[in-house]
Amino acid sequence: MKTDTIAAVATALSNAGIGIIRISGSEAFSVIDRIFFGKKGKPLSLAESHTVHYGWIKENGTIIDEVMVLVLRAPHTYTKEDTIEIDCHGGVLVVKKILDVVLKNGARLAEPGEFTKLAFLSGRIDLTQAEAVMDLIQSENEFARKASVAQLKGSISQKVRNLRKQIIYEIAFIESALDDPEHISLDGYSIRLYQMTEDWIRELEHWLDSSKNGKILKEGMKTVILGKPNVGKSSLLNLLAGEECAIVTEIAGTTRDALTEQIQLGEISLNLIDTAGIRDTSDRVEQIGVEKAKQYAKEADFILYVADSSIPFDQNDEEILTLIQGKPAIVLLNKTDLQPVLEKEELEKRINKRVISFSAKQGIGTEELQKEIEQLFLQNSSPQDCSVILTNIRQKEALSQALESMKLVKQSIEDGMTEDFYTIDLMNSYEQLGFLIGESLEDDLVNEVFSKFCMGK
Amino acid sequence: MAYVKEEYDVAVVGAGHAGCEAALACARLGCRTILFTISIDSIAMMPCNPNIGGSSKGHLVREVDALGGEMGKNIDKTFIQSKMLNESKGPAVHSLRAQADKQEYSRQMRITLENTDYLTIRQAEITELLTEEKKILGCKTDSGAVYSCQAVILCTGTYLKARCIYGEVSHYTGPNGLQAANYLTDSLKKLGIEMYRFKTGTPARVDKRSIDFSKMEEQKGDERVIPFSFSTDPESIQKEQISCWLTYTNEKTHQIIRDNLDRSPLFSGAIEGTGPRYCPSIEDKVVKFADKNRHHVFIEPEGLYTNEMYLGGLSSSLPEDVQYAMYRTVAGLENVQIVRNAYAIEYDCIDARQLKPTLEFKEISGLFSCGQFNGSSGYEEAAAQGMIAGINAAHKVLKKEPLILDRSQAYIGVLIDDLVTKENREPYRMMTSRAEYRLLLRQDNADLRLSEIGYQVGLVSEEAYQKVCQKKKEIEAEVHRLEQIQVGAGSRVKAVLEAHKSTPLKTAASLADLIRRPELSYEKLEELDPERVPLPADTIEQINIHIKYDGYIKRQMKQVEQFKKLEKKRIEENFDYDAVESLRNEARQKLKLYRPVSIGQASRIAGVTPADISVLLIYMEQIRRKKEIENLD
Repeated sequence: MKTDTIAAVATALSNAGIGIIRISGSEAFSVIDRIFFGKKGKPLSLAESHTVHYGWIKENGTIIDEVMVLVLRAPHTYTKEDTIEIDCHGGVLVVKKILDVVLKNGARLAEPGEFTKLAFLSGRIDLTQAEAVMDLIQSENEFARKASVAQLKGSISQKVRNLRKQIIYEIAFIESALDDPEHISLDGYSIRLYQMTEDWIRELEHWLDSSKNGKILKEGMKTVILGKPNVGKSSLLNLLAGEECAIVTEIAGTTRDALTEQIQLGEISLNLIDTAGIRDTSDRVEQIGVEKAKQYAKEADFILYVADSSIPFDQNDEEILTLIQGKPAIVLLNKTDLQPVLEKEELEKRINKRVISFSAKQGIGTEELQKEIEQLFLQNSSPQDCSVILTNIRQKEALSQALESMKLVKQSIEDGMTEDFYTIDLMNSYEQLGFLIGESLEDDLVNEVFSKFCMGK
Repeated sequence: MAYVKEEYDVAVVGAGHAGCEAALACARLGCRTILFTISIDSIAMMPCNPNIGGSSKGHLVREVDALGGEMGKNIDKTFIQSKMLNESKGPAVHSLRAQADKQEYSRQMRITLENTDYLTIRQAEITELLTEEKKILGCKTDSGAVYSCQAVILCTGTYLKARCIYGEVSHYTGPNGLQAANYLTDSLKKLGIEMYRFKTGTPARVDKRSIDFSKMEEQKGDERVIPFSFSTDPESIQKEQISCWLTYTNEKTHQIIRDNLDRSPLFSGAIEGTGPRYCPSIEDKVVKFADKNRHHVFIEPEGLYTNEMYLGGLSSSLPEDVQYAMYRTVAGLENVQIVRNAYAIEYDCIDARQLKPTLEFKEISGLFSCGQFNGSSGYEEAAAQGMIAGINAAHKVLKKEPLILDRSQAYIGVLIDDLVTKENREPYRMMTSRAEYRLLLRQDNADLRLSEIGYQVGLVSEEAYQKVCQKKKEIEAEVHRLEQIQVGAGSRVKAVLEAHKSTPLKTAASLADLIRRPELSYEKLEELDPERVPLPADTIEQINIHIKYDGYIKRQMKQVEQFKKLEKKRIEENFDYDAVESLRNEARQKLKLYRPVSIGQASRIAGVTPADISVLLIYMEQIRRKKEIENLD
């Protein structure tokens, strides 16, 4: 259930030296007591106001970060409510992780602009800034709504819509029967609904799992794989994606068109684009592919340049090197299982990029690659990346609320409650899924009742 | 020729279910009240189904009763069958429904009206409202008599420019051939009121002697009748009840309907009004739900002293010959004789978003309206609005604060908030699913919820109010006691639990814990609870509900707390939305047009987003602080 204790990242989500997560509301202390472990072992609910405490944020016994926590008691706070500020080591991923833990332990994610709103309403923001606050709330909301819809993968939106359709149908059925018991019977219905809730719970859990590694989001770093033909670009894509996406053959020039695949390396999601190998070619189709590859390289956030370590550099490699100039890029020296003719150190010196010895065939070098990408990502994450992360958190919240409500429906059936109780939580679930795809609740239920069920007199 | 006839405080236009409650409330509060009706013989007439209550409508009747209204008392006097619907479901959706003796219902209501002080009944058609500077001065009858008054309550039901239609036949009359009111609409339009046109319909009435009941299922009333009114002694109304009967349409019926659709004014386009989806005609049902091979037909008596029977489920506007043909395909109706034809009726009504939640017009001071005129349907919905319009008109005259029930207090609150806030494209009917806090708004606790308000208004007697206070205390004390008393896992407890197929206790538990089990109840634990004192049945019912649904009830109460926060933030009547620059245009247009009374109501207007609400809150705070500073200076 929604609480009125809210949490949000108070600093800009970036890789600045420090990140602050703020929690405000009547449950702020019970939230922090569940996740903060101080040096002195004393719970913060016993701490005095306006004091700073050193310790660790932990989840299931695992340390997430070393933090300083500021305890601020109502009413002398920004929002006039009990407030906790967690100062952690900056870095998008740490901040996100801590926010995640806070949300899991009883706070809800603040609405866009909600902290500012509360601060203004409690007199903490100067009157002259009212206009700015109002504009900020409108623009942040608008942005969040658009981002939410835009970032959800089309296939997921469709699935959410389908699930909502099923849920509203069942609610309408129950409500029709309650409204008109002499026409519509609920005999044996709870068993049927029970099976449905089990399916729905499974589906929601699956989505939630996917959302954890970003798979439900469209965006990711646009990462282009470049290289000459047959250096193993497609093998790399397949290796990273963990499945056969690209056709891999011994024949140079197999990949004619660009293939894209979203993959997850640790906390970072990459939109991998496999391209046709770059070489001078007389084949018309392949030529188009090569041109496209060059275009992709220009638009890329990040380039993975694959070179065959068993073959010396040639004209085509030189062309690629000019393409990656001034771009974040990593060079993968592939086929290290074969006799090498290219030296890693030498290459590094020459092009001033990180070079990793790699064997797509044997899977050597993936861990090092992941580390390097994380490093790069943290240095280069743009405000857009941050908004993607925030949207992701918001959507995950909506999903877990939907799941929670669905579990309550199942519980009500197990407890032998009557059908009229089911619809309460079914409706909550439906509503949360609506947030996920940016649809608000209007007269959905009444319309569904009248259009699907034949009522009365 | 116009001439000034008399002076009153309040004039009520129409004596249907809304008008009766409105007039009674005003008169009982001491306002000199005149009730106009086109036909004295049709006071509180039931032109459609012969019953009061039903799912969620039963809740409304109970609430009207708890506020000091008449509908519950009147049906208790005149019912011929009674049933509690949904008894196998949760307490929130239990609903009482009673079959009425229609004529007796009307007669008893008339007796009550005729014997109420300060209340005058006058048979006349009101043709014009008299106003000055957007303020009500009085009303005028078709004979030119002017009645000056401070408030007018419009309860015109389905009579404004009414037209009854079946097949190719169309008459400009109200129900049952009663005279329509053809002039008032123009007067209202002149005052700037926007009019809509809605439609509804009713089935045929048939002769009981022409029905073969042996082919139908008998539908009896409950063994033990529960009264609608909290003031009715249950013992006084246990009596022999009349049965209803159930039969079904079949493929033959549907074929006849399909073959004659081109003769139906609904499908040929001869009817322009918008009909209700929840109460479709049989031709609607056959077209829309083509996969269903049969539909229910309930045969219901219209009264004790008539042979007329109502064909529930067969409302229609098909031509008379088709009505005969299709009715006669139904099992048991093979030789049926129609007494009155089924028909559709069209009438003028308003978009109720022109009203405040007090049911007073935003633009015309002293003009109130309620019932079908406001775009609702149903006797109970009408009575509920009549009650609120009546109280608020009286309060206007008496210069007292208006009464607004919110969505967390009553179905009446949900009904009126929906009507005055949301777009309503068809006659609005109450449904339990419309009430988001329905676990709290039960028909069984309407007295506990609303008697205090009725008492403060002055419509509930001291005695009745004290009775409710006493009941409240008893419930609280007993629930508390049951939470405290622990029982062990001993053999005596085990035996009682076993007798009710309940799993034995492993450790001690409170009696309340046991009552929480679905298979147990307060009554079943009597043996384990020797200290208990005898309590009335309705008190015990409350104790069971309180304990069993405690978790759910608390959750909803928490939601209500959140809801109330926004509800309490009032928006001034002349609030300038143009001054709030950050509002999105769509929201600004809607807010300017409908001018909600609170932030809560604003948040329910379609097209207003949560961000707009935040912006409004901040703007209002800004204004408040500026004023504060000015005051300091």
